[in-house]
Amino acid sequence: MNLQAEIPLDYMIVLSTIVFFVGLMGVLIRRNLITMLMGIELMLNAVNINFVAFNHYLFPHRLEGHFFALIVMAVAAAEAAIAIALIINIYRQFNTVNVDDVDELKY
Amino acid sequence: MNYSYTILILLLPILIFLFIGLMGDKIKPQFSGLLGTSGLLVITLLSYFTAFSYFGHRVGESFQAIEAFQLLWLQFTDSLIIHLGILLDPLSVMMLVVITTVSLMVHIYSLGYMKGEKGFARYYAFLSLFTFSMLGLVLATNIFQMYIFWELVGVSSYLLIGFYYERPSAVAAAKKAFIVTRFADLGFLLGILLLSFYTNTFDFKALTDLNGLAITQPTTAVFMGLSVTTWAMLLIFMGGAGKSAMFPLHIWLPDAMEGPTPVSALIHAATMVVAGVYLVARLFPLYSYTSPDSLEVIAYIGSFTSLFAAIIACTQLDIKRVLAFSTLSQIGYMMVALGVSGYGTEGLGYMASLFHLFTHAFFKALLFLGAGSVIHAVHSNLMTDMGGLKKYMPITHITFLIACLTIAGIPPLSGFFSKDEILVAAFEHNKIIFGVQWLVAGITAFYMFRLYFNIFWNHTPEYHQAPHESPATMTIPLIFLAVASVFSGFVPFHDLVTSDGNPLHTEFHWMIAGPSILIAVVGISVAYVLYAKKNSKPESIATSLKGLYTMAFHKFYIDEIYLFITHKVIFNFISRPVAWFDRHIVDGTMNLIGNTTVYFSGAIKKMQSGHVQWYIWYFTSGVLLLVFLVVYLN
Repeated sequence: MNLQAEIPLDYMIVLSTIVFFVGLMGVLIRRNLITMLMGIELMLNAVNINFVAFNHYLFPHRLEGHFFALIVMAVAAAEAAIAIALIINIYRQFNTVNVDDVDELKY
Repeated sequence: MNYSYTILILLLPILIFLFIGLMGDKIKPQFSGLLGTSGLLVITLLSYFTAFSYFGHRVGESFQAIEAFQLLWLQFTDSLIIHLGILLDPLSVMMLVVITTVSLMVHIYSLGYMKGEKGFARYYAFLSLFTFSMLGLVLATNIFQMYIFWELVGVSSYLLIGFYYERPSAVAAAKKAFIVTRFADLGFLLGILLLSFYTNTFDFKALTDLNGLAITQPTTAVFMGLSVTTWAMLLIFMGGAGKSAMFPLHIWLPDAMEGPTPVSALIHAATMVVAGVYLVARLFPLYSYTSPDSLEVIAYIGSFTSLFAAIIACTQLDIKRVLAFSTLSQIGYMMVALGVSGYGTEGLGYMASLFHLFTHAFFKALLFLGAGSVIHAVHSNLMTDMGGLKKYMPITHITFLIACLTIAGIPPLSGFFSKDEILVAAFEHNKIIFGVQWLVAGITAFYMFRLYFNIFWNHTPEYHQAPHESPATMTIPLIFLAVASVFSGFVPFHDLVTSDGNPLHTEFHWMIAGPSILIAVVGISVAYVLYAKKNSKPESIATSLKGLYTMAFHKFYIDEIYLFITHKVIFNFISRPVAWFDRHIVDGTMNLIGNTTVYFSGAIKKMQSGHVQWYIWYFTSGVLLLVFLVVYLN
């Protein structure tokens, strides 16, 4: 099956843009730390889509984009582990995961 | 001859100073006094031994300068090298004898005079420090080493003037002495830097070598109409004038009499104040060959100072102040003699100056110690509280009389010979200066005998307790110094200490000696008429000379002029604007920067709210803004 023939690159970019901004809105608007973390994961995946798509459409004989997507996944996993550890500690400290209540670090 | 033992002359006093200074409160005061005195006795004997062996071994006709000890201290570049060492030549060996003798006498005398004083050990520690510095000064091989010891001498003088530090006047006097001499030393330092910059050496041997570059090829650079060499020599003389209290830098010396009297005898009469004379004598070939103009200046300053100080001395009531002004006057003589001198066979003035330095050290120390003995007995410095002391204090009386006759220039006492040589040298060079110095000789005789008659003759006031002769520790130095004052005139000085090391042929001139004896006798007679018995003549003369007398009594208002210049002129027109500039412009700029930063941080600090999502908003909008800029503005 020839993806290139059936689905143009523009679709991929539009998809990744939509996913990215959904993630960004999640981070910006939701107050729950876990949900914000999910937004960040969405943004990372939007980037992954771009990597894979550009690699596949523009340089089909090379593999850097794929590898980069894999590295991003690994980093995302590590980041999720750290973030969840932080969130657990925040919960223990403040008894909440609402980001608006965690504002000790200010002027 | 091996002179390496002379290093002991320098090492012993500093070791004694350190020992007494550090251990002074743990040992008995009397012991530190005895230690200081016996240490100095050893140093004195070493110096005499050095002098005998040095003057006993002349090479051919003349004396050679010997570097007995030499140590490389600082090497900055190939040419900028500073040594520490010991230089023996007729000048320094002569000074060695003078300093150690007077210092030893003062040490012995102080055992009695300072007995029971608080800080007895401290006093001896400082005396040792002073002796060390002064010996280091005269033995220095190069001008930089001399400068170091020069400052050390200034410090120890400061410490000793301020010995009675509970007394505000002593503290003020110490500060005044230090600041005035330090100000003069600024000139000295500039002079050293200028001189060594153009001659590439600090070494006295190289500087005063007649075939050396410093003399054969003086710099041709000119600054404000005078050659740079002359400037350098004048600036160096400024340092010497500060230490030797030449007009107009003399103001510290009369106040320095706040120190203990033996200190005045040692530092402010016999040794430190002649450092300026020594300095000019040390660099004399340089003065003589490269800048005769500055020698003229020295002669006039010396002459003016000697007249000026002699007039003031006639009006003072504090006996130590009379002696202080007399010291100024006599150092003026020495400066005059250097100023009118030439080099080599013309070097009569040079020889006379140092001869006078030599004899003056003894008789002036004797005068001060005698005055100290009187003050010890009467407990007052004012001659109005004294009188008729000759029957109470026979030894002090006789020795004081000898000293007065010596300074007045009565033959065959030593002062006559040295003053006569100076007058001869002045007569050959400049008749005006000769006239002034001849007149000063008369005034000197007058004020010294005014002092003498007021203390020992005149009417006897009501003493609270009858004055008594001082203890033997005080009278023995008096007797020794009196003997030295009588006989030091017979030292064949023209054979020993001359400008080029060769014996100098001198003649005795009745044409000069006759009038100088005459005016001295006139001065003494006038003093006898006015002061031998209580009468109203002195007051009536003072009233008839009202203006002049008041001026002289107030030391011609020089102190007031200085205060006016510093407080009114410098403070108001320089210091205050500078302080204003510092406070408002310099500080203001810094405050402006600081305040602006604080203001803006206050305005924007609310952005750091602690709400993470707001930060993400700022960040995202910033990125979007950048993207817009890049995409649409390109």
